[in-house]
Amino acid sequence: MRHVLAGMNRLGGLWLLLGLAAVLVLPWYKVAAPHTGEGVALWGSAAGQVLAGRIWLLPPVLAMLAFSLVRLRSDERWQSHPSILWIAGAAAGLFLLQAFAIGLRGPAFDAVGQVFPLATMGQPGLGLGGFLFGIAITGIIADALAARGFCRGERFAANAVIFVVALLSLFVFFPILRLGGAALFTPEGVFQPGVFVTRFTAPDLWGLGCFVGQGRCGVVINTLILGISSGVLSTLLGLALALLVARTGFRFKGALRAISILPIITPPFVVGVAIIVLFGRTGLVTGWLEYLFDIPRTRWIYGLPGILLAQVLAFAPITFLVLLGTIEAINPTLEEASKTLGAKPLKTFQSVTWPLLRPGLAAAFLLAFIESLADFGNPIVLGGGYDVLSIRIFFAVVGARYDLGNAAVLSIILLSLTLGAFWLQTRWLGRKSYVTITGKSDAGLVAPLPGPLKGAAYAAVVPWVVFTLGVYAIILIGGIVNDVGRWDLTPTFRHLLTAFSLEIGPDGVQFFGSAWNSLHTTLLVSAIAAPLTTAIGILTAWLISRQDFAGKRSFEFGTMLSFAVPGTVVGVSYVAAFNVPPVDITGTMAILVICFMFRNMPVGLRAGIAALSQIDRSMEEASQTMGANGLSTLRTVVLPLIRPAIFTSMVYAFVTAMTAVSAVIFLVSARHNMATAYIMGRVENGEYALAIAYSAVLMLIMIASIALIGLLIGKRQLGRRTQLQNTAPALPTA
Amino acid sequence: MTDTAIEFVDVVKCYGAVTAVDTINFSISRGELVTFLGPSGCGKTTSLRLIAGLELPTSGTVRIAGEDVSTRAAPDRNVGMVFQSYALFPHMSVIENVAYGPTIRGSDKKSAIARGHEILSMLGLEGLGKRLPSELSGGQQQRVAVARAIVQQPDVLLFDEPLSNVDAKLRRRVREEIRDLQRRFNLTAVYVTHDQEEALAVSDRIIVMSNGKIAQIGTPRELYESPSSRFVADFIGDANLIEGQIENGAFRAPGLSLPLPATSRTGPAVISIRPERIVLKKSGSDGKVKSASYLGSRREYRVETAYGTLLVSAPISAPALEPGEEISVILSPGGYTLLSDA
Repeated sequence: MRHVLAGMNRLGGLWLLLGLAAVLVLPWYKVAAPHTGEGVALWGSAAGQVLAGRIWLLPPVLAMLAFSLVRLRSDERWQSHPSILWIAGAAAGLFLLQAFAIGLRGPAFDAVGQVFPLATMGQPGLGLGGFLFGIAITGIIADALAARGFCRGERFAANAVIFVVALLSLFVFFPILRLGGAALFTPEGVFQPGVFVTRFTAPDLWGLGCFVGQGRCGVVINTLILGISSGVLSTLLGLALALLVARTGFRFKGALRAISILPIITPPFVVGVAIIVLFGRTGLVTGWLEYLFDIPRTRWIYGLPGILLAQVLAFAPITFLVLLGTIEAINPTLEEASKTLGAKPLKTFQSVTWPLLRPGLAAAFLLAFIESLADFGNPIVLGGGYDVLSIRIFFAVVGARYDLGNAAVLSIILLSLTLGAFWLQTRWLGRKSYVTITGKSDAGLVAPLPGPLKGAAYAAVVPWVVFTLGVYAIILIGGIVNDVGRWDLTPTFRHLLTAFSLEIGPDGVQFFGSAWNSLHTTLLVSAIAAPLTTAIGILTAWLISRQDFAGKRSFEFGTMLSFAVPGTVVGVSYVAAFNVPPVDITGTMAILVICFMFRNMPVGLRAGIAALSQIDRSMEEASQTMGANGLSTLRTVVLPLIRPAIFTSMVYAFVTAMTAVSAVIFLVSARHNMATAYIMGRVENGEYALAIAYSAVLMLIMIASIALIGLLIGKRQLGRRTQLQNTAPALPTA
Repeated sequence: MTDTAIEFVDVVKCYGAVTAVDTINFSISRGELVTFLGPSGCGKTTSLRLIAGLELPTSGTVRIAGEDVSTRAAPDRNVGMVFQSYALFPHMSVIENVAYGPTIRGSDKKSAIARGHEILSMLGLEGLGKRLPSELSGGQQQRVAVARAIVQQPDVLLFDEPLSNVDAKLRRRVREEIRDLQRRFNLTAVYVTHDQEEALAVSDRIIVMSNGKIAQIGTPRELYESPSSRFVADFIGDANLIEGQIENGAFRAPGLSLPLPATSRTGPAVISIRPERIVLKKSGSDGKVKSASYLGSRREYRVETAYGTLLVSAPISAPALEPGEEISVILSPGGYTLLSDA
């Protein structure tokens, strides 16, 4: 057993078996490729395709055969020879090259057709064989790198790094690049780079008409106005909440924290619907105002005011948690020092507390700003004529005029805005954080909030609480009364029955309700996505905080970047990338799962990094000196110790998969419809009660699931961990 | 089997541009307890981690029990390590902690646990197997860490500053325990500390390190009585360093001439004199007492002389001197050492 290392550098047996099966046995393509007239095309594997004349598939087959020969020789010097890496790299490169050079309808460039005449017949997307070859060659490359000292020769870590990089490249960066490429094509599919400029400078993007009283502003300007107002208002409200909780004797702190969790488990649209039910032209509050004060009914809620209202409701809890963290981290002795120097409470707040809060305020603002830009659910319900980028992108793809190129340009603008904000956030936080954690307990008492500020905080918080309670009251009862919009509160189950009726007959349970289909898919997809998301997030966290390897900084940056891409952009980029071979997986359930995995992985990543930084590294070193390799150390020591982070990640991944809309709205299909897409359809049809009923059911399922995951993982401290998950995105990259 | 347990040949460890360990050579015999001693950042912990396999050398050879292990990481070496923080797994009971290594290395669970209990009782920890580490006292935790490290009969047992988490009053007892254990099991042990008193007390030999290099290797007595450099003289115990010249087989400084029979050197030189090797006598003109402190077991004086200010440690039985007193200073032959660096 002392000579394990010698065996470690050997050409991986598992990967080799997988690769051989992939090129010799399994069908290479997703569907049968057109018959070429040569050889026996019955045999669908890569080897068979080569015999049928598709000689561009030769490199993968040859590489695997060559590796098998090397493996059969028991000489270890051969098996860890540098040329293995070169051969594997070349095979992988040629594999990718042919996949992109020869599309469904033929070669991408005429030259390819001249070299391989059969390429003009085109080739379908990759199937089982093709995908498994990709996995196998990635693994072989990782093993070969480990043999050359990558990750200090740790085979498991090397594989983990290479696979995470490959997955991120395929499912985060490749789609974005494809999207960028799509921006250069006209709707008719003609390559024409000039069209980018035309689209980018379109007057309906950048118009400033609303400032000078001449009509509307451009959609980019609208988006910015919304993002900035939403950021400022959410930050101020979050600050008021945080100050009340941290610096006053406010009695309902627990309740406030509980309320702050609500937006996370609230499905999209439903808040918008509740706001319409309250403030729409025929809304309850609108009606009362007319009855009591003769205020005429208007549609004021549609547009900027409505969206802002809904967004502030949703984002204030996030900013609250960020700012609470900042306030609680301020060392009270600083304020005491100010007072001993003669400053009055208000002066102390202004000259000491406020400056110390500024980094937190900036972080909270940018967070809300990014969220606002990425928001899709609220603008589509409440937008009216107020156009924002996410909506415009959606209609460019889903609307009457399918124009992927235009969607791509809009996506690039949106992406630049969020990336810019994200960059500012990390940069600002990286330099300007005054919070110092010394590990010493703070002496001194926190300063109570000065009187005038306390008044202002209450003035902001009380309406918000009333408003929140109103909205959730509508959600709570809307589904089980006849028509909450007309204040017809006769209890009824008809909405629930429309959605969820079922009959238990002799043939088992029959699901008649219109919502069952989407609910099944949603639960299934979420249940599959949650553990996978957690696995990749935690694994990546472990790689970043515990392994040293070449290119680690870029690796870290890449994983963080995927966090900053708005859902709408992800959705469009997936459409651009995965509608066509080689990886045509749109319309499958897999693409939904994959989408969630890479959208939500950063939360597991942040939670994992935070948890790992709390764990003494010598624990893992102890495990190593006792003979455990990377994988068994991870399994027996690290994972049990970071269970809270795993819990956070699982809950977040599950809940977001159930409530996400911006990306999946592009990816759902008739066969695999998601609950949120179904609800959006109901909202568009004006079936508000049904939408509310379904949302309420979803929320109940989510609460039950969180409890269940808690039981499964073993520990349950929802409050603290929810806080962790929310503040996590604002932390600077370590 | 050779008698050499550990051997370093031209070992270098770099982190980017920083060289943490710079071409060091030493060998440690079986059954020996050797200490790496030096200030923080001198490379002593890195050297220990190089033995453990937690770091692999940038160049050079590390041999354990005669085998070249330079490219083997920790899991593929047979070493036991007691960490500064003990690094007991908090989610495992004491016995699970101790049985972890044997289980990982392929023993079946039953015999691993039996072996674990055996070790625990040898260390006086019987009956604590079911407890969690958090339910033990600091001393017990440390013994569990030792038990865990020796359960697999390692080729070498490593201690990384094992006393830094121990109460100051308990340190003497714990270090005696460690020394006793190492002798009882005839273990080859390597110990890292920055505390010179601790190093003198536990070691067979000490390797003094400075800036990634070995400053001197020797027994505690050799290091204390004949330090080879300013650094070692100053780092181990207190030393009076006097600068002067060697002329005609004697060290000369203003008002001082000490015979150096064995040297052929000439030119500028430094000698080191331990404070307790200086005897002060009332009345004389060699120097003047500048300050005096009573330390219970001895008295300490600062004495001004023509060749510099001396720190002198006098037994409590000697007559007390007052600041301002004129005195004579007696430096006995053999009480001073010529340092190799000028």
